[in-house]
Parts: sequence; C-alpha cells; structure tokens
Amino acid sequence: MPRGQVIVNQELCKECSLCVVACPHGVLAIGKAINKKGYHPVEAVAPEKCTGCTMCAVMCPDVVLTIKRKSPERK
Amino acid sequence: MKTVFQKPEALTDMPMHYCPGCTHGIIHRLVGEAIDSLAIREQTIGVASVGCSVFAYDYFNCDMQQAAHGRAPAVATGIKRVLPESMVFTYQGDGDLASIGMAEIVHAAARGENITVVFVNNAIYGMTSGQMAPTSLLGQKTATSPRGRTVEEMGYPIKMCELLATLEGPAYLARVSTHDSRHVLQAGKAIKKAFEIQQQKKGFAMVEVLSTCSVNWGMTPVKALGWLEENMIPYYPLGVYRDVTAKEGN
Repeated sequence: MPRGQVIVNQELCKECSLCVVACPHGVLAIGKAINKKGYHPVEAVAPEKCTGCTMCAVMCPDVVLTIKRKSPERK
Repeated sequence: MKTVFQKPEALTDMPMHYCPGCTHGIIHRLVGEAIDSLAIREQTIGVASVGCSVFAYDYFNCDMQQAAHGRAPAVATGIKRVLPESMVFTYQGDGDLASIGMAEIVHAAARGENITVVFVNNAIYGMTSGQMAPTSLLGQKTATSPRGRTVEEMGYPIKMCELLATLEGPAYLARVSTHDSRHVLQAGKAIKKAFEIQQQKKGFAMVEVLSTCSVNWGMTPVKALGWLEENMIPYYPLGVYRDVTAKEGN
C-alpha cells in the first residue's frame, strides 16, 4: 500500500512535464490519452512509489493534481 | 488517506488560459494559498493588470478590479483608502510594472501605501508575443532585440527590488523564484508575509517573483526553468531587500 496518492484532473493538464521532473520517485509520466484541449495528460505510471510529498503539485501551474497521504501511524 | 494538497478556495474553477508550463499558474496558486491561510478571502480585493495576467479577475475567487496598463498601484491606492479594512493586492507583470507603470509603482512605494504587490518578472513581454521588456537581460534575444540586448542600444535591465529599496516607504521587499519546488515553497512564504505586512498596517509590500515564459523564450517549460536559474538569478539575486518587522525583532 503506497503512502501517497496522486489524483490527476485530466482535462486541466497541458502536458508541460514540470510535475514529471519535480517528482523525486518517478511516479508520473506523460500519458497516451488525449484530453479536450488536445494535450496528453500526465498519468501516475508508478503509483506504488508515491510518498505524498506534494512536490509535483507544488510545481503544477494549472492545479491539476490533488494529493492524498496516509497519516503516519502513531505508536 | 488525508487530502494534503488541493486547489485553494481563493482560486475559481475556471481553467487558466496560460501557455503550458507558464509559472503564472503557480504564482496564482501561491497568492490563493496565502489568502486562504490568512482567512482573508471575504475582505480581499485584487487589482489585475494588463498583460498575460489580465484575466486574473477570472481566476481569483475574491473581488477583483481591472486597472489600465501600469496603473494597478494607483487603483489599489484608491481602493485601500476608501475601504481601509479591505486587503488589497495588485498582480502585475514586468512590462506593466517596470515599464508603463514605473511612475505608479515608485510613488506608491514612496508613499508607503498599505498594499501588497505581486510582481511577476519573466524578462519579456509575453502577451504581445515576446518583445524586449525593461527587465530583459543583456544579450537576451527577443522579437525586438533579435541580436540580443546591448547596453549601447537598449541600456541596462532594471532591478525593481533594488530600485525601490532606495526609498524609505516600502515595508517589505523580497525577490523569490519559481524554478524548483523548494523555491516555489519559499515564494509562497514571501507572498504570505507580504499580506501579513498589510494586515499589520506596516505599509507597502512587494514580492518580485522570477518567472518563465517558455513560448517566447523559445524553449520547453522544463528547459525554461533551467534558463531562469542559470541566467536570471545571477542578475536578479534572490533575497529580502527590506523587512521592517525584522528590525523590530518579531
């Protein structure tokens, strides 16, 4: 079970790749689908590696990404 | 799982018209996050400028006004003086603020007008398709300096933070960048600080945000971030140029 989850709002994505470069774990890549604007929206190709660090969303100019993170278990 | 990142309430659902990878979108979100975190959305009035960011009034989920080219600080002055309890910010590009609006920004700063200015510096005129701006770097090729900007013909680029720091009026002046996630987070803190300065009635606050214009620079969005880091930051050093709260020790 990954620690984080990245949710892509595909219709807003403009394929700029800033999130792909920003992700330290290679979770994201430009996908093959085409959205209404004619761009190939980004996809989570390795979702199991996501830690929920939000670095991709911080660099996204179009607020395409929503990030969820598992809250750390208290011992 | 808990949601740790989502669109701030201070931004509308309207898709932005900016080119792919344009850092305007990042800076819009940072302003939105600052407004949300201070819980001032209901009392905030933004002033949009002329340039690519002219449609900012569609994207910010607060009251907005549109000013004539370069006149945003003058319009903001009027709004703030009539409605002193409101939070007033302007969102201006380098063509708007450092060229046609030079008089308005200098005098608003000199008066110590209690407003927040978000100044987006991408070293080019974006909306009109890439002409040389007052902030274009020496040697930079643009539509109107095809062989690169030269001192003999076009003079030196203007450093707004340093220029305004010679005045007594400003309470907060900072230059930040958007070329990687660490710097974007720092930029967000500076923008929030600029709103706090206004909230505390300390006076004029401006944050200069170094930004990219990948289309008019003629490169991919990712390469544009690298160009910003390598070329703009050496000429426009990042940092805080004025902070009256630092002197008081709080």
